[in-house]
Amino acid sequence: MNIPYTVEERPDTGLPNGKLGIWLFLASEVMLFGALFSTYIILRTGALEWPHGELNIWLGMANTFILIASSVTMVMAWASLKMHDWGKHRLYLILTFLLAGVFLVNKYFEYSSHWTRGELPSHSTFLAIYFTLTGLHGLHIIGGMIVMAYFLGPGAKLWQKNPDQFANRIEYTGLYWHFVDLVWIFLFPVLYLL
Amino acid sequence: MDKTGIHPGGTHVHVHADAHGEHHEDLGFWRKYVFSVDHKVIGIQYAFTGLLFLLFGFTLMMIMRWQLAYPGKPIPLIGLWFGQDRAPMGIMLPEFYNQLGAMHGTIMVFLGVVPLAVGGFGNFVMPLQIGAPDMAFPKLNMMSYWVYFCGGVTMLASFFPKGGAAQSGWTSYPPLAVISPGQTMWLIGMIFLITSSLLGSVNFIVTIVQLRAKGLSYMRLPFFVWAQFVTAFLLLLAFPPLEAAGILQLMDRIAGTSFFMPSGLVVSGKPVLVAGDGNPLLWQHLFWFLAHPEVYVLILPAMGIVSEIIANNTRKPLWGYKALVYSAVFLGFMSFIVWAHHMFMTGMGTTMSAFFQTTTMIISIPSVVILTALLLSLWGASIRFTTPMLFALAFLPMFGIGGLTGLPLGLAPSDIHLHDTYYVIGHFHYVVAPGTIFALFAGIYHWFPKATGRKMNELLGKLHFWGSFICINLVFMPMFIQGLGGMNRRMYDGGAQYAHNAQLLKYNLVIGFAAWGLGLFQLPFIFNFFSSIKWGALVDRNPWEATTLEWSAPSPPGHGNFLTEPIVYRGPYEYSVPGSARDFTPQFEPEKA
Repeated sequence: MNIPYTVEERPDTGLPNGKLGIWLFLASEVMLFGALFSTYIILRTGALEWPHGELNIWLGMANTFILIASSVTMVMAWASLKMHDWGKHRLYLILTFLLAGVFLVNKYFEYSSHWTRGELPSHSTFLAIYFTLTGLHGLHIIGGMIVMAYFLGPGAKLWQKNPDQFANRIEYTGLYWHFVDLVWIFLFPVLYLL
Repeated sequence: MDKTGIHPGGTHVHVHADAHGEHHEDLGFWRKYVFSVDHKVIGIQYAFTGLLFLLFGFTLMMIMRWQLAYPGKPIPLIGLWFGQDRAPMGIMLPEFYNQLGAMHGTIMVFLGVVPLAVGGFGNFVMPLQIGAPDMAFPKLNMMSYWVYFCGGVTMLASFFPKGGAAQSGWTSYPPLAVISPGQTMWLIGMIFLITSSLLGSVNFIVTIVQLRAKGLSYMRLPFFVWAQFVTAFLLLLAFPPLEAAGILQLMDRIAGTSFFMPSGLVVSGKPVLVAGDGNPLLWQHLFWFLAHPEVYVLILPAMGIVSEIIANNTRKPLWGYKALVYSAVFLGFMSFIVWAHHMFMTGMGTTMSAFFQTTTMIISIPSVVILTALLLSLWGASIRFTTPMLFALAFLPMFGIGGLTGLPLGLAPSDIHLHDTYYVIGHFHYVVAPGTIFALFAGIYHWFPKATGRKMNELLGKLHFWGSFICINLVFMPMFIQGLGGMNRRMYDGGAQYAHNAQLLKYNLVIGFAAWGLGLFQLPFIFNFFSSIKWGALVDRNPWEATTLEWSAPSPPGHGNFLTEPIVYRGPYEYSVPGSARDFTPQFEPEKA
């Protein structure tokens, strides 16, 4: 039995199933992070004073550029597939994976500098929302890395069997990755600058 | 191929899409019945698990009702099973009563009704009604079920550790929920359940948008599919905020944060050592942002089921199909902006109250349109009073009572008197129990022949219906009287400690016996369900002479559903078309040239 429109587009909607699926998933993710951002707003507007300058802006900014760069390499990984350049695709996907890793290492240094100063989530509502938001975002980064590792490893075999489907899957991974990037672009000013 | 069935298409020449109807794929027991990717098997798994949880959740309530009817008396028969830390000498402790209450609500809503209505009926019926071979993502579908299963096991397991299960009500308001035992497992269970319904809702929407059969435009979809479509959007967009809230409450419990913990909190005379500065109301906003759309998640699939059954048994097109569809969509939109009508008592201010009571009055309009359309569909019909039709007919006044008693709760001034009384319990149970659950029973009797190839027994079905109908009204009607008299809900002793309840306590006995009677009247259903799988009357493809696509597939449909590719030629409810030889013209029957 074959499910229709797994690879090809349904004529009246112009979409394959997976693309609609990933967009719907991202819509629910918007609601998830939206609720957490609302929490941030409510906690901050209700607080008597809100701490400033607790976070290292330079590390945060470095991470912003790292994630933007990884979004670019992600697009290149997909575009290389569309141009049937397997070698370049591998290169760009590995680069994306590595940039994600660098982001996490950076994040680790940030976290540990708080921990060593005894600044745990229980310390204040600012640190609570900071650790919750960035922690959840970090989990999304790890989730993306797992998916990329799959397409670098066992998932890559699909390229031989069904190149169109493989390219679609990389495209969906990319859509997810851009979303994770976009969340950070909101997180950075909200937590570090404002 | 079945010889008795009405062959889809008649003289029309079909191209065999694929040959799955003829050969049997041998997948082995585990792949076929346990870790199946077939939407029908998953639907039945969901439905069966959901029914078990409904029975379990109802049993919790039957035990609570003993304590309310006879406060402080040992629970008969099963009292000694609960052990010293729950019910010493069979007498229920207040903590155990609270656990039963919280878990009754949680189980009925998140593990019983929604899995049965959406996971069960949605999974089984919806792909068949749109002429799809399966769901768009079959493996994801299997995963949804097993994640839901893990959530269920977590919830059940939460009774056993020291301190017992969650005991802050199904709404889990902080700070109480943050400081009382059992809540951590509840939160972990909820995160499983939310993830499951998220995966499921993506799958439902993609399936409905992408896998509709040839000729099946949106305005030819059966209303049941529309109801599932709107429901899936509600689950997709309303559940994530509860997931966020669950994560925050988990942080409060595990990492010691103070998202919901105010400064200067004192519990039992001792200050609570947290950083403070949190906002307990924030939880209520996040919770009700899910939980009000959740009400429509509970009711919309029920409306869908009832519409199918009413059209089929009145032998008439549904009255106002387009109005039904637009109302369901409008209901979906509006359900996102009414949540704070649960919070009139929190002191959030008159401006907020005015806004939310206005939206609440507006959202009652589409509900009334749907109910009216269904009622008018009965006008002038020669009704077939089958068991599913009886349940569907009962849904109309029951949901009507539930809806109308909700109006005083939607207006802030009257809500202040009624808030947190038995009136509220009576109101939402009329919507969900004799409303939604009756519709779900109707659906089981209606689609049982499609799932098993056999009909359920009509006599036992009618016994089940009349017994349940009388008992369930005796359970919930007295609650309105108790609530209007000012009896508070969540009273361990049934309200005996307050003098103003003296005249109302006798109703606790009525409700108790009616609830246990309701339990007894489920026995014919359970017997009927299992015996009909084995001995029920065999049926052909279309035993109810219905018009929608699922009845063109064999009963039960094989893997891949349809023997020939289904093509749709007309709207979903072409009953009693003038000039037609039969009183039904199925969607899959081609036009005569």
